[in-house]
Amino acid sequence: MSASAEEYYVPHGTNWPIIGSIGLATTVIGFANYLHGSSIWMTFVGLAILIFMMWGWFGQVIKESMEGKYSAQVDMSFRWSMGWFIFSEVMFFAAFFGALFYARMFSIPWLDGASNNAATAELLWPEFEAAWPLLEVPLAEKFEQAKMAMGAWGLPAINTVILLTSGVTVTWAHHALKKNQRSQLVWGLALTVALGFLFVGLQAWEYVHAYNDLGLKMTSGIYGSTFFMLTGFHGFHVTMGATMLLIILFRAMKGHFSPDNHFAFEAVAWYWHFVDVVWLGLFIFVYWI
Amino acid sequence: MIFRRLSKHSYVLFTALMSSLLATTAQADYELNMTEGVTPISQQIYDLHMIVLWICVIIGIGVFGAMAYSIIYHRKSKGAKAATFHESTTIEIIWTLVPLAVLIAIAVPATATLLDLEDTSEADVNIQVTGIQWKWRYKYLDEDVEFISSLSEESRNAIPDPTGVDNYLLDVDKPIVVPVNKKIRFLFTADDVIHAWWVPELAVKQDAVPGFINDSWATIEEPGIYRGQCAELCGKDHGFMPIVVNAVSEPEYQEWLVAMRAEAAAVAAAADQEFSMDELVAKGESVYAANCSACHGPTGAGVPPVFPAITGSSVATGDIGAHIDIIMNGKTGTAMQAFKTQISDVDIAAVVTFQRNSLGNTVGDLVQPSTIKSLR
Amino acid sequence: MSTATTHDEHHDHGPASGLMRWVTTTNHKDIGTLYLWLSFIMLLTGGAMAMVIRAELFQPGLQLVEPNFFNSMTTMHGLIMVFGAIMPAFVGLANWLIPMMIGAPDMALPRMNNWSFWILPFAFTMLASTLLMEGGAPAFGWTFYAPLSTTYAPDSTDFFIFAVHLMGISSVMGAINIIATILNMRAPGMTLMKMPLFVWTWLITAYLLIAVMPVLAGAVTMMLTDRHFGTSFFDAAGGGDPVMFQHIFWFFGHPEVYIMILPAFGIISAIIPTFARKPLFGYSSMVYASASIAILSFMVWAHHMFTTGMPVAGELYFMYATILIAVPTGVKIFNWVSTMWKGSMTFETPMLWALGFVVMFTIGGFSGLMLGVAPVDTQYHDTYFVVAHFHYVLVTGALYSIIAAFYYWVPKWTGNMYDEKLGKIHFWWSTISVNLLFFPQHFIGLAGMPRRIPDYALQFAEFNMISSIGGFAFGLAQVFFLYIVVKTIKGGEKATDEVWEGATGLEFEQLPSPAPYHSFNTAPEVK
Ligand code: HEA
Ligand code: HEA
Ligand code: HEC
Ligand code: CUA
Ligand SMILES: [Cu+2]
Repeated sequence: MSASAEEYYVPHGTNWPIIGSIGLATTVIGFANYLHGSSIWMTFVGLAILIFMMWGWFGQVIKESMEGKYSAQVDMSFRWSMGWFIFSEVMFFAAFFGALFYARMFSIPWLDGASNNAATAELLWPEFEAAWPLLEVPLAEKFEQAKMAMGAWGLPAINTVILLTSGVTVTWAHHALKKNQRSQLVWGLALTVALGFLFVGLQAWEYVHAYNDLGLKMTSGIYGSTFFMLTGFHGFHVTMGATMLLIILFRAMKGHFSPDNHFAFEAVAWYWHFVDVVWLGLFIFVYWI
Repeated sequence: MIFRRLSKHSYVLFTALMSSLLATTAQADYELNMTEGVTPISQQIYDLHMIVLWICVIIGIGVFGAMAYSIIYHRKSKGAKAATFHESTTIEIIWTLVPLAVLIAIAVPATATLLDLEDTSEADVNIQVTGIQWKWRYKYLDEDVEFISSLSEESRNAIPDPTGVDNYLLDVDKPIVVPVNKKIRFLFTADDVIHAWWVPELAVKQDAVPGFINDSWATIEEPGIYRGQCAELCGKDHGFMPIVVNAVSEPEYQEWLVAMRAEAAAVAAAADQEFSMDELVAKGESVYAANCSACHGPTGAGVPPVFPAITGSSVATGDIGAHIDIIMNGKTGTAMQAFKTQISDVDIAAVVTFQRNSLGNTVGDLVQPSTIKSLR
Repeated sequence: MSTATTHDEHHDHGPASGLMRWVTTTNHKDIGTLYLWLSFIMLLTGGAMAMVIRAELFQPGLQLVEPNFFNSMTTMHGLIMVFGAIMPAFVGLANWLIPMMIGAPDMALPRMNNWSFWILPFAFTMLASTLLMEGGAPAFGWTFYAPLSTTYAPDSTDFFIFAVHLMGISSVMGAINIIATILNMRAPGMTLMKMPLFVWTWLITAYLLIAVMPVLAGAVTMMLTDRHFGTSFFDAAGGGDPVMFQHIFWFFGHPEVYIMILPAFGIISAIIPTFARKPLFGYSSMVYASASIAILSFMVWAHHMFTTGMPVAGELYFMYATILIAVPTGVKIFNWVSTMWKGSMTFETPMLWALGFVVMFTIGGFSGLMLGVAPVDTQYHDTYFVVAHFHYVLVTGALYSIIAAFYYWVPKWTGNMYDEKLGKIHFWWSTISVNLLFFPQHFIGLAGMPRRIPDYALQFAEFNMISSIGGFAFGLAQVFFLYIVVKTIKGGEKATDEVWEGATGLEFEQLPSPAPYHSFNTAPEVK
């Protein structure tokens, strides 16, 4: 709410949304067709349209922002929106964490006869033994069972340190920005981006290790399913976050942002912290305990 | 138990109320309301249903009555002048607490009934019930009796015009037979998708979930035939997988078990016999109609691409080994089931032979039940 | 005072013309209109499918459609009505009304507002196109339980999955926009506890949307990977559980049904005081009740799963939590009745629909309470009793409130009064036929008819026939409604600025009829 004498910017007419919709539809229709045997090119066309849309749309917003069209109240709208957007992302991850907890606390013990499921174990899965990480699934023939689970104290621990450090560096950059120390800002951001991509690279390496050495695959039953879906979506978010940070870095190098007007920077920083927190959840519940 | 006595008393009260308000005939009563059923649990559930229903009716009369009064007397055309009150904490508290008390009064007997409903311990008869698209397999766990039950042919044929057909869609080829006054425990599971086994008179409705076993129980107090249906959407013929329970006295039940075992032995013995082509095709036709036509169509045209045609199928006209294999073992991840657990050697041999030499196919070879038996 | 600027610094100019106006618009009224028309088209489409259902069920035996197609009709009817008719209608109303009600120039993020809408036509085209695909459209019910929707589903399911993703993106963006608008764009003096209840209920609804749509997206994503990438979330053979799907779905699905009723509560809370000429009784308790309903709605989801074999402790908990919702909902009903009490009532069309809502929603609520009693749900579950329950809350609840809102605010939108006589005919025609349609379904449900079946045993014949006749009549009444809508837009008696004697709220007190293109260029004074 604002009692100030400022103006609220209401843009008129925009082509970007319809381009975005066409891009989205092309992407998903292409992917659905790909799943049924068509080639994947349509998905890439759709993604290209989406990237074009984001480039143009954000470009326009940046331009308007630089022209000083946005009042403090507009800035506030952006803040609320980013906050709630991150909340929606939290809930998306919650669905997958929910699946993880459900499998660990309910379905696996139930298959082994816990709670009111004695008959389940006795009549259907007499051989099955509950365990987590679940390497031997109830119906072995149907799945490529993993040989070993992913430990917590190798790469994942290193990755934890990397992400936590990147959280510190981005905060350092923020403080620098607020004090208008441009070179520290750029360095802080550059370090954050580097750590982000390093994380993604190590994560990719871990996947190779999982597939080749541990036999741990997406198709290894519920352990593999939750492992790859959770870490996969997280990795995707890190990639997005790091890319956004990279753009912010370029903008910072071009002299964008002032000590008291840099919402884009803050939005990305919030996002980065969110990705960080999700990782902590992953580290604890997927890798560690 | 105190809970049950409580619900009994309110039941008497409410039934009295009900009968005085709704002086309907017994006939109409049955069609309009939930069945009281034939088990102690079904009776408890019915009582609870009536209690909650009447609570709702009474609250409804209060709320709608007040509304109607306002509508009639507080209308502008009658010269009503609007009052200005718009708040009263006292009254808000009252109409928060009173409904809360009503809910607690409902929750008490409901808890008792639910605990009874879920208590499947110490059963006399254990029957494993497996839902399969679109039939039920019953396995008497302590008796070595097992069979499949599906929609009766009479009902199936009447689908285009069911007028006058007795128990249309509620009739099966082989009902399950259970003894009265014994605690029967049903253990539910499924082979493919989720089904739900529901017989209203027994107040048993329980999902049959693939990979898990749920259980429920019934003690039937009156002999009779009780009908039900699958109650969880399970694909195309979800509306056509009825259940028939025949509750009989203990001696009759024992007789039935003996007969079932004898039948099973006869079927097993038949597997060693030799059959002619004509015999197999004739037998195969009825096996096909009962087991396969739901998906592959009465003429073998199927519903491509979901359910492939048999007519001209590369499997049904190709290598007979592969043909037998898909019928015996099914194909995991598709609706095509492993029929070796459902139908006899003779039936499999017959239906294979039938598919290869009928429905527009003319391969000319046949398979004997003994071959099937050796493949098990 | 805050003023709206437009990129070319012109104030108060009208919309651009031509088709591109609608494609590129950032104006909350234009976008509201688009949403409302989409919703109407979807109502007729989903309704036409309901007509197929009712025609097949007119008498026993299979006459018109194949069982599989019937299941597709049920599935698509449910999906289209929920995601296509009811939800977009409420978003359309939010777009039209919230800026006017809180004294804002427009929505907080006008460009994103456009995108929220323009995703939907693509999503629904994708969804509808599955009807033409080989193997048929999804036929696993709007609740798409695994494994019927994974291993055993037709190929078109993937298009359904992505359509749901798109709808989710649209809903989340729309909800974010609404929250930002309400929290950030209120005129000076418009404190939270002065906001009209429609704004309040939408604030809460938007919160629910942001919390649960992503969970739905997660559910369909797991479906997708189970179908194509070998995961085993919903497969016991790999350590998963088909019932887990239901938990995730209903964690979304139950709040979803309140998403479809909370804005309705807001609408009814606006209409009844106007025509009773008396302020709303218990404003603050209405706000608290709405919030309590929203919070409780996250804690009751498994009441849809009483027969899935949950441990008994879970069943007990979910039963208690479920019936508890009757308390805050009751507070609302009692408050509305008290608002009428000693009022000076008149019965213009919007009031008729609102009164119809109060009575019939309450009936639907009562059957909901009955369903909530877990042991008895053993008998009710998956029967027509449930179908009767949710159509009472959805059709005579949500849909009735939307129609009431149309009659109540259309003079403000278009400057034209609707035809009062036709409006009343529409109400009585609909109300008689809808009860013919859904009331007998209570009986056939109790007598044992399962839902989602294309054919039924002979003892259910009479009531099904009555229900079908009611259905056809109700469907026709909505085609008649289309006529009323078009007629009102084209012309009619001019509305006054106040529109209704005693109407309150910024939109009636401070804006002319029709309202200007930019609602409030200068923030109004709120006392
Ligand atoms: C707008 C949508 C809406 C609303 C508001 C509700 C409201 C409620 N619903 Fe409903 N429901 C649906 C939409 C909705 N429902 C849908 C779509 C389904 C089926 C989904 C599917 O399977 O396809 C469903 C199914 C459904 C089930 C599952 C049934 C089954 O499948 O077996 C249950 C079970 O508990 C339930 C309960 C309730 C309850 C307790 C309420 C309560 O909120 C009602 C509260 C209101 C009142 C009680 C009336 C007013 C109160 C008073 C006058 C106060 C005093 C009253 C008392 C103390 C009794 N609903
Ligand atoms: C959300 C809101 C909503 C609304 C408004 C409706 C409206 C109607 N529904 Fe609803 N229905 C659901 C939500 C809704 N439904 C849901 C969620 C399900 C569960 C699905 C499932 O099981 O998965 C369901 C299931 C359902 C069933 C059970 C099907 C089954 O179990 O097999 C039935 C059966 O009678 C039915 C009937 C109707 C009817 C007759 C209407 C009428 O009110 C419709 C009125 C008709 C119109 C408004 C349109 C009129 C149009 C014409 C006359 C033709 C014009 C045509 C063109 C212009 C092309 N519905
Ligand atoms: C519930 C549905 C269903 C029933 C009942 C059913 N089938 Fe099938 N059947 C299928 C499906 C689905 C396939 C396709 C499997 C695949 O994807 O290869 C199939 C495939 C086949 C094939 C291979 C056809 C081909 O060209 O690929 C044969 C032969 C066959 N079934 C025979 C039978 C026989 C014999 C019976 C009855 C005893 C029967 N089926 C009952 C669903 C069913
Ligand atoms: Cu089996 Cu429905
Ligand atoms: Cu619910």
